[in-house]
Amino acid sequence: MAEPWLLVAFFFLIAPLLPAAGIFVAGLLAPKKPNPIKESTYECGIEVPDESWVQFKGHYYIFVLVYLVFDVEVVFLYPWAVAYSALPIYAVVEGILFIGILAAALIYIWKKGALVWR
Amino acid sequence: MTFWTDPINWVLQILENLLASWGLNHVLSIFIINFLTVVIYCTMILVFVFFLIWLERKLIARMQDRLGPNRVGPWGILQSIPDAIKIFTKEYITPVGVDKVIYNLAPIIVVASVLVVWAIIPVAPRWFAADLNVGVLYIIAVGELGILMVMMAGWSSNNKFALLGAFRTSAQLVSYEIPMALAMLVPVFMARSMSLNTIITNQSVWNIVLAPVAFIIYFLCSLAEVGRAPFDLLEAESEIVAGYHIEYSGLKFGMFFVGDFLHAFTISVLGAVLFLGGWRGPGAEQYPLLGFVYMTVKIILVYMLMMVVRGTLPRLRIDQMMDFTWKVMTPLMMGLLVGMIIIDSLIVGLSPWLRTGAFLAFNVIGAVITLWALGKHTMPKPQEFPLEDLNAS
Repeated sequence: MAEPWLLVAFFFLIAPLLPAAGIFVAGLLAPKKPNPIKESTYECGIEVPDESWVQFKGHYYIFVLVYLVFDVEVVFLYPWAVAYSALPIYAVVEGILFIGILAAALIYIWKKGALVWR
Repeated sequence: MTFWTDPINWVLQILENLLASWGLNHVLSIFIINFLTVVIYCTMILVFVFFLIWLERKLIARMQDRLGPNRVGPWGILQSIPDAIKIFTKEYITPVGVDKVIYNLAPIIVVASVLVVWAIIPVAPRWFAADLNVGVLYIIAVGELGILMVMMAGWSSNNKFALLGAFRTSAQLVSYEIPMALAMLVPVFMARSMSLNTIITNQSVWNIVLAPVAFIIYFLCSLAEVGRAPFDLLEAESEIVAGYHIEYSGLKFGMFFVGDFLHAFTISVLGAVLFLGGWRGPGAEQYPLLGFVYMTVKIILVYMLMMVVRGTLPRLRIDQMMDFTWKVMTPLMMGLLVGMIIIDSLIVGLSPWLRTGAFLAFNVIGAVITLWALGKHTMPKPQEFPLEDLNAS
């Protein structure tokens, strides 16, 4: 096991290839008898009025936005936790302050009403 | 180096000698051996899914007082093989108006995103594919690839139910990722390392003893991550038919299920590694096969817990679920982290027993306060239900 990243690269190469090969082989074995009714979009048997790439209510995107901010900041905590024993005391306090800022952001979002599911 | 003390490297050594005797270049032979290892490893994991599917069907059936698969092979253990043969010969129905590239890519990447996690999982001492020094970060990064692909599957299908499933995914999976990342920070903080091997070797006291609350939060979040009951809103059959994979058929549909089962298993493996001490146990260091046995027992423990939760609890409402992650788990996990950091910097030089006791006590206090606050604020007050009105009508 000389080079770990080489193995990871192999994994990234082979992991998509195996399911892709399976799907390809199954495609060769499977029958192909398409017809327009079979290929219509399945929405409980009712004819589909128009395509589904419509504008949707924006509420979901607020959650994703909040997630993006939080997740990036949580990832920042990882290197800090690894280097923890080598850190001087002010850096430890700073880490706690960082989590405090995160908590303040959470409270702000909460009070703003972004976490209410409508 | 014999088979009993280092089985994987022993086999690799034999292979290397074999290739060298054929007169191959050393670099080239290492390249070939690594490549073959990865191919065999991935194939074995995919074949293992057959067993997982049977196990889950059987266990859930027993919990619901049914028999489950019992015809093919002893206890129906070979049931997945005829199922696989059947699904291989099913027609692919590609509905009109799908986004072809994304539609075909999604089932492949769903499986691949779980398979690549196995690159860094240590199964036993000196028995792993790669030991990355950014292991936990890698797991988080790759795990989010799977979420992305679920969204792409829902979006590309050109179906409103699939789209709804994808939207729910974007809200649910993404929200549960935050307390999960915070909970996975606890083992990293304890071991002062992101490498999974170091995390295991540093757990002379299991992390579940030091931080039981973190384990519970990790477990609940991982249930939501794999979309299992009670958090299976993204594929709720009774509401949005099947969610993001409604327009898939044949093996493309099967791949979503393979990815799902494998993800559930991988998550319980990670739970065993991060919180239950991985392969640690008496004599595991000398004999890796013994470590493998300990590891299996721990994985089964976490996996069975997952099964029991799935088999017994009803589905949650989506607003309750979002409230639970944002208003309970995330603040609790932040408070827990701050408390553990303070305790850790205060008790430098104390005996390990006192250290463990301090962490455990803090966790228990945190859990009790949370449960008390939850009971106070979320339990319906008696006057909210006018029983007289109900009786009158």
